[in-house]
Amino acid sequence: MLVVKEISSGYQGAQVLHNVSFDVQAGEIVCLFGRNGAGKSTCLKTIMGLISTDVGRIACNGIEISQLPANEVPRHGIGYIPQGRRLFSELTVEENLEIGLMVNGKDHGFREEVLDMFPRLRERLHQRADTLSGGEQQMLATGRALCISPKILLLDEPTEGLQPSMIDQIRYAVKTLRDRGVAILLVEQRVDAVLSIADRVVFLENGRSHDPVRASEIQDKPDLFQRFIGV
Amino acid sequence: MELGPYIILGLLEGLVTAAVLSLMAVGLSLVFGVMRVVNVAHGEFFMVGAVLAWWIAGSIEGNPALGFVAAMLLAPPLTAGLAVIADQLILKRIGYDPERTIVATIGLLYVIQQLTLMTFGPDARPVEAPFNNRLSIPLLEWTNDGLALYWPWGLGTTSYKIAVILAALTLLVAIWLLMTRTRYGLIMRATQLDRETALAFAIPVNRVYASVFGLGAGLAALGGVLIVPIQQAHYLMGHDPLLLSFIVVIIGGLGSLPGTIVAALLIGLSDGIISIFFSPTLAKIIATLAVAFFLVFRPQGFFGKRAL
Repeated sequence: MLVVKEISSGYQGAQVLHNVSFDVQAGEIVCLFGRNGAGKSTCLKTIMGLISTDVGRIACNGIEISQLPANEVPRHGIGYIPQGRRLFSELTVEENLEIGLMVNGKDHGFREEVLDMFPRLRERLHQRADTLSGGEQQMLATGRALCISPKILLLDEPTEGLQPSMIDQIRYAVKTLRDRGVAILLVEQRVDAVLSIADRVVFLENGRSHDPVRASEIQDKPDLFQRFIGV
Repeated sequence: MELGPYIILGLLEGLVTAAVLSLMAVGLSLVFGVMRVVNVAHGEFFMVGAVLAWWIAGSIEGNPALGFVAAMLLAPPLTAGLAVIADQLILKRIGYDPERTIVATIGLLYVIQQLTLMTFGPDARPVEAPFNNRLSIPLLEWTNDGLALYWPWGLGTTSYKIAVILAALTLLVAIWLLMTRTRYGLIMRATQLDRETALAFAIPVNRVYASVFGLGAGLAALGGVLIVPIQQAHYLMGHDPLLLSFIVVIIGGLGSLPGTIVAALLIGLSDGIISIFFSPTLAKIIATLAVAFFLVFRPQGFFGKRAL
């Protein structure tokens, strides 16, 4: 589904990623895990084309996307939920969802399906995004990404700063999407979240990736977390 | 001396200034709001609109109204096209970097100005208004028989000036509808709020920038077309409106359309009244002082947001 092969990228002279490789299959949750500054968010931005890369390749369903303009990448069915949600703060919930629907020309019937996953948003359709609670904002960020009907979904720390009940809702939504065949690449800092939701884990260390490990195997290797985030 | 007729006269002249200024300043504000580009060449698009209006109106023989309507229809899109070319050739190539675009648009200002001088010459060019009837304005006064109308000598305006105010009002409503009720407006607002996230949702940001730069220039050109039967077209006519537009945009709040319109009204009306009672130069001095006041005490303007 999504293949990342030996990509290197960074910001204006500062290289962050060095030959990072992994893949994500349909109906699978792969978690990118590492310390702050390891390059997790940079990796997601590189996949989205927001940071350019001249080295390595990124393929979505066999189509090379690493050289596409950033605004063409989502049309290949890649949804993105950035760190900190990055909602269009002064737009209403309805308008934020509309932006998502425009990507692949989905209609309002499709929006209703998304709203069925997050009924709270239906009550807030005409409210500005910046007036929502943190949990509602995360629902909106997720809903907006789902409006493009993604085959691959990239989530950057979706549970950051949320109360436990909201975290459970977000996790439930992510698992539901996985069960519907969506390939999910998740950046997460919480060990319990990783172990409870991920199928495989890719550890990033100083911008370099290690071979993926099945989440079920990690339970028996606590030294891995000790090594990569010091817990 | 009765002050009433003078104040009304000043307000009417001020409303004409505010109408044209608001069109121009909304264009400047859109460009800054969406693209974060301080377009120093904005006044030249106003001038190009006026000069093209003179050229188009002069090319069409017969009823002057026909020439003026043709100028209204052709000059703004032609100017917008020129702006889109400038965007693609200059601004896009320097990555819309805020500092470099200031220098680039200063250069663009002189290029457009000198090209106009070389092409159309240094003379001021008149354009005949499509209609220009004198309208006297009555006032009310108490007489022995109760309230009665009277027509003070010299208190009046022209039908064309009233039309300019109504046209600007209509265009501002159209811009507001474009921004709030259309898909294009939604895309513009999303791009204004978060360029990177807009890209992640397939919004072609560079195309949005080009169209916004064209739209801003088109609005300035419309202002130029509307004003040219009142002032004459001249290659240096963009300077004063540019200064006033910056004043309006700063007082209204950078990137805020409602703020821009409120500030245009304030500056236009004060310009009209101060010009009638004192002098136009004093009106400009006071407007510039008002900007200094806002920059010190309320840098975000009326409706802008304070930077974090």
